[in-house]
Amino acid sequence: MDDFPAGEAVRTIIVIAMKISRQIRQQLGFALLGITTVIVVLPILLLVGYIVAQGASAISWDFIAAMPRDGMRAGGLWPAIVGTLLLTLGTAVFAVPVGVAVAVYLAEYAQDTLLTRIIRLAIVNLAGVPSVVYGLFGLGLFVIFLQFGASILAGSLTLAIMTLPVIISTAEEALRAVPQSFRIVSLSLGGTKWQTVRRVVLPQALPGVLTGVILGLERAAGETAPILFTVAAFFLPRLPQSIFDQTMALPYHLFVISTQVPGMPVRIQYGTALVLLIFVLSMNIVAAITRSRFRAKRQW
Amino acid sequence: MRRMDEWANGRMNEFTNERMTEKFLFDQVSYTYEDGIRALRDVNLSIYPNEITTIFGPAGGGKSTLLRLLNRLNDLIPGRRLEGRVLLDGEDIYASGVDVHALRRRVGMVFATPVPLPMSIRQNLTYGPELAGARDRARLDELVESSLRAAALWDEVKDRLDEPGAALSGGQQQRLCLARTLALEPEAILLDEPTSGLDPISTAKVEASLQELKQRYTVVIVPHSVQQAARVADHAVFVLQGELVEEGSAEQLFTKPRDQRTEDYITGRFG
Repeated sequence: MDDFPAGEAVRTIIVIAMKISRQIRQQLGFALLGITTVIVVLPILLLVGYIVAQGASAISWDFIAAMPRDGMRAGGLWPAIVGTLLLTLGTAVFAVPVGVAVAVYLAEYAQDTLLTRIIRLAIVNLAGVPSVVYGLFGLGLFVIFLQFGASILAGSLTLAIMTLPVIISTAEEALRAVPQSFRIVSLSLGGTKWQTVRRVVLPQALPGVLTGVILGLERAAGETAPILFTVAAFFLPRLPQSIFDQTMALPYHLFVISTQVPGMPVRIQYGTALVLLIFVLSMNIVAAITRSRFRAKRQW
Repeated sequence: MRRMDEWANGRMNEFTNERMTEKFLFDQVSYTYEDGIRALRDVNLSIYPNEITTIFGPAGGGKSTLLRLLNRLNDLIPGRRLEGRVLLDGEDIYASGVDVHALRRRVGMVFATPVPLPMSIRQNLTYGPELAGARDRARLDELVESSLRAAALWDEVKDRLDEPGAALSGGQQQRLCLARTLALEPEAILLDEPTSGLDPISTAKVEASLQELKQRYTVVIVPHSVQQAARVADHAVFVLQGELVEEGSAEQLFTKPRDQRTEDYITGRFG
């Protein structure tokens, strides 16, 4: 019987504790979310900061626009920068039309059949294939079998195949996000399926498609393995003259000067990394700007 | 013999004077969706030009299906099955070789939710005609003005034709959609609960336009309420669970319905 008041007190404490703990739990939750955000952001900041700190002093006009000299230990990155630009452009030429066409087919025309399921499965799996496998595939198909040799053409095609899944899935997503009601209205106004796709759906999906394209190309620009056997030159201090020439490229160049060349100044290694980083990040920024500008104009 | 002919001719004249020939004809139409749900059962219905036909009844009864059969918008649904014939000016619109896109220009449609296409007011109006190949700027400008006037929207938007259609208010958007349909220069206009999202004033404007439009077009409307059906209808059709229960002049049907179910519905005993 003496326990009773004590029991009452305990109960009160528990009730208060629960009330408090609800607030505390919320605060704890927010704190955890904050920490995870920091965990995600911090490495990127550290990485970029470290590369900038180590490599910024190497950046100069010559470093960008001059040919490499002295076994790459001096001079600039010009042929590698041009090479990466050309490869990115080449990748776009092959991957964008095919990727967007496949996305339009899948999103607008394909019925849910065994065939389209197989296509989707293939796309998902292609996205998971390691990039070095693409490199070997490109070597086998483009360089040797089709006799393109190690060339910008072979490298672009290899990178294009690697990029396709990214472009297809983001473009398909963007197309599917366009409200169905637009399609029905267009058809009800006598539009054919293709007129509807071309005049209403594609323009509305364009920002999403562009974002996917740029993200895909960005990955292509930064990859080393696919170009290793198909196009990249170890050291070639002149610009390519045709699509059948080899070329230097930034990612491979970075790999070479980091591992293959003795006596390489650290400054130049990090400077090269910084240039590659700027190249890729600026594409990212372009993607972000495109997206936000289109989104501001969007009416749904 | 002669007197017989005269008598027959007389009867014919009487008949044609009374009403023009039908624009649409449903001939023993049954319609089944993929999941086996029968949306319509043995519907026979004539729809005449220059009057407003309202198809009304409880939700899910097949009104919209009936409407969408007229411009083949149901073609978009996989696995549907149509029995019977749907005729436009005496021709089966489901016959092979019919140009569906041309049909949809002849039979325009306005939906329950106004959906301006993501482009300017002007482009919304010229979209349909341009798809059909219209290029002449002056002609298109004329079409923009006349269809906006017919939809009672011209005065409100004439100074901002290049603004996005989505910038208009809900009621204006629905009149824009009506104008967009009129810009097709159709023969018939189908309206599927066109005022369900509108305030009373906008609703009144749309209903007033309908009275004008019936002078030139065949108008078929699924109203959003019995009250609206009674307000706008010349000819009324009561549809219940896929079955055409009763049709007749609006006056007759709303004052002296022949079928008990019709009476129950319009007096609000169910639905």
